[in-house]
Amino acid sequence: MKLFKLSAKDAIMMAVFIAVVLTMPIWLKPIGAGYPDLLQKFAIFGLFAIGFNILFGLTGYLSFGHAAFLGVGSYTAVWSFKLVSMSVIPAVIFGTVLAGLFAVVIGYVSLRRTGIYFSILTLAFAQMCYKMAYSVLTPITNGETGLRVLRDDPRVVDAMFGVEQNAVPVGELFGINMQGYPGFYFCAAMLILGFFIALRIFRSPFGMMLTAIKTNQTRMRYTGFNTRPYLLVAFVISGMYAGMAGSLMAVTDPLAGAERMQWTASGEVVLMTILGGVGTLVGPILGAGIIKYFENIFSAINESTLHQAFDFLPDSIDNVVVAIISPFVGDGWHLTLGTLFVVIVIFLPGGLVDGISRIRKRFSRKSHASSTTGASEG
Amino acid sequence: MTGNIVLNISYVDKTFGGLQALSNVNLEIEEGKTHAIIGPNGAGKSTLLNVCVGRIKPDRGTVTFNGEILTGKEPFEINQLGVARVFQTPEIFPQLSVLDNVMIPAFASRDGSFEFNPFTLLSDETKIRDEALRVLSDLGLGDQVNNVSGSMSRGDKRRLELAMGLIQRPKLLLLDEPTAGMSRADTNRTIETLIRIKERGMTKVIIEHDMHVVFSLADKISVLAQGAIIAEGAPDEIRGNPKVQEAYLGGAQI
Repeated sequence: MKLFKLSAKDAIMMAVFIAVVLTMPIWLKPIGAGYPDLLQKFAIFGLFAIGFNILFGLTGYLSFGHAAFLGVGSYTAVWSFKLVSMSVIPAVIFGTVLAGLFAVVIGYVSLRRTGIYFSILTLAFAQMCYKMAYSVLTPITNGETGLRVLRDDPRVVDAMFGVEQNAVPVGELFGINMQGYPGFYFCAAMLILGFFIALRIFRSPFGMMLTAIKTNQTRMRYTGFNTRPYLLVAFVISGMYAGMAGSLMAVTDPLAGAERMQWTASGEVVLMTILGGVGTLVGPILGAGIIKYFENIFSAINESTLHQAFDFLPDSIDNVVVAIISPFVGDGWHLTLGTLFVVIVIFLPGGLVDGISRIRKRFSRKSHASSTTGASEG
Repeated sequence: MTGNIVLNISYVDKTFGGLQALSNVNLEIEEGKTHAIIGPNGAGKSTLLNVCVGRIKPDRGTVTFNGEILTGKEPFEINQLGVARVFQTPEIFPQLSVLDNVMIPAFASRDGSFEFNPFTLLSDETKIRDEALRVLSDLGLGDQVNNVSGSMSRGDKRRLELAMGLIQRPKLLLLDEPTAGMSRADTNRTIETLIRIKERGMTKVIIEHDMHVVFSLADKISVLAQGAIIAEGAPDEIRGNPKVQEAYLGGAQI
């Protein structure tokens, strides 16, 4: 199948990616991130960021409302758990498809404008969804309490096959509960699938058209392209990624709240993408990982853990060091993240991936230089 | 005896603020011919091309192409009818490679179809790649295909522009000063290319300041001054026309 063909280089990249993702529980353990809850978040937000990058990275359209699709995905998945089955497959499919439908509507309207106006339109739609989830849509979203799965929900398909439920129903796949490590591996499989599709889009002529729209949309119009359908397809694909990420949140924890749609969630994915590298394949996942790591690990460090870490220093110095560092950890993790973000945007506009490739280039130039001097000596 | 009229510009007026950029312009372009439009700076030559491709809407008058009214159509629709434009200031995709720059317009006109279909866009591209490579080497850009187009010299960017227009095999090619900013050698090379296209029967409208280029290519010349056509005819007639000399020299004296 032509659709599944990858160049040798991409095939290696894909293989490395799969290996790295599946071994995450092992290599993340030393830095204290090797537990399933956080690993699931890495995979879910990685997926969210990959999808966001298909829109922002390729076309340059900055959406500030992608959290809406995340929320739609979550609510749909929970409803699928309530009405259809506790199996995660329909939940993920419904969540992705419904988010896609929302994206068609929001994209159709928002894409009539470019630049900041597009961003504001998407933001307006997302905030509208968020506020409605708390007010008029309470029968669907269960308002502030959040939508949860109950034992006596109908679950038509499960009832048909006579599946018994625990007191607190959880998502399952072929009888395996999607919590803990199984949940992570399911999310990881989705992340790998998402990465593969993104890779295909990046390498395809379709991806080339999207990049061309980003580079010079005016020229595209004089080249016979009606750019709007291209943009809409990119928008919908990226909305579906967000919907899938949202449904995976519900899969690993069958509960959906409106706060997932708040603008801060939309802003977070922008930060992830820029931090890792806009328009690069791996960057957004890297950015998502770093932000989630900071949120979960740095925020857990408090003064006593710092004192422990600097135990080896004399008391007076220990106190000074801890006093300097403590504003950056615990509740102050946002300060560290903010500093990191500012540093990266100023010094590495291409994000972390750009930084890595610069370092690599410097090293290869050095080795190249030394090999030529070696040759001249010889 | 005149041939088939491809492009018909009739009674076109355009004012910008108080400036009459085009006044009552009538022009007929014959199929397979190279029609040059010359005139001093600010005569309205580029405005006229912009009206043809839908960038500027005229205040009055219409442009028809093979019987189809272009006025009021979107630029991409006009391009889809077979009108391609080569811009004066290069309008390329600076972050993409030279090859990609030429492949993109080829995708638009792939197999003569402009339909949007993301699935065919996922499919094989070797044919288009080969075609793009051929056009590029024709124009002497064969050794730069993998370079980032934004880093090319201005003259090379102009040639890339030309390649982007040519690969679509348009029925009508509108060239806005295709050799401006080129070295003499590059200019001659471009002239050769344009003569070769002419042999294939592509209709061209060319705006040019370089009289060497105009007289080597044009079958017919229209002279535009202050937004109006003051003379029209075969190159030899124009060369000896006193009105034309006055328009150029008069412009120079002011």
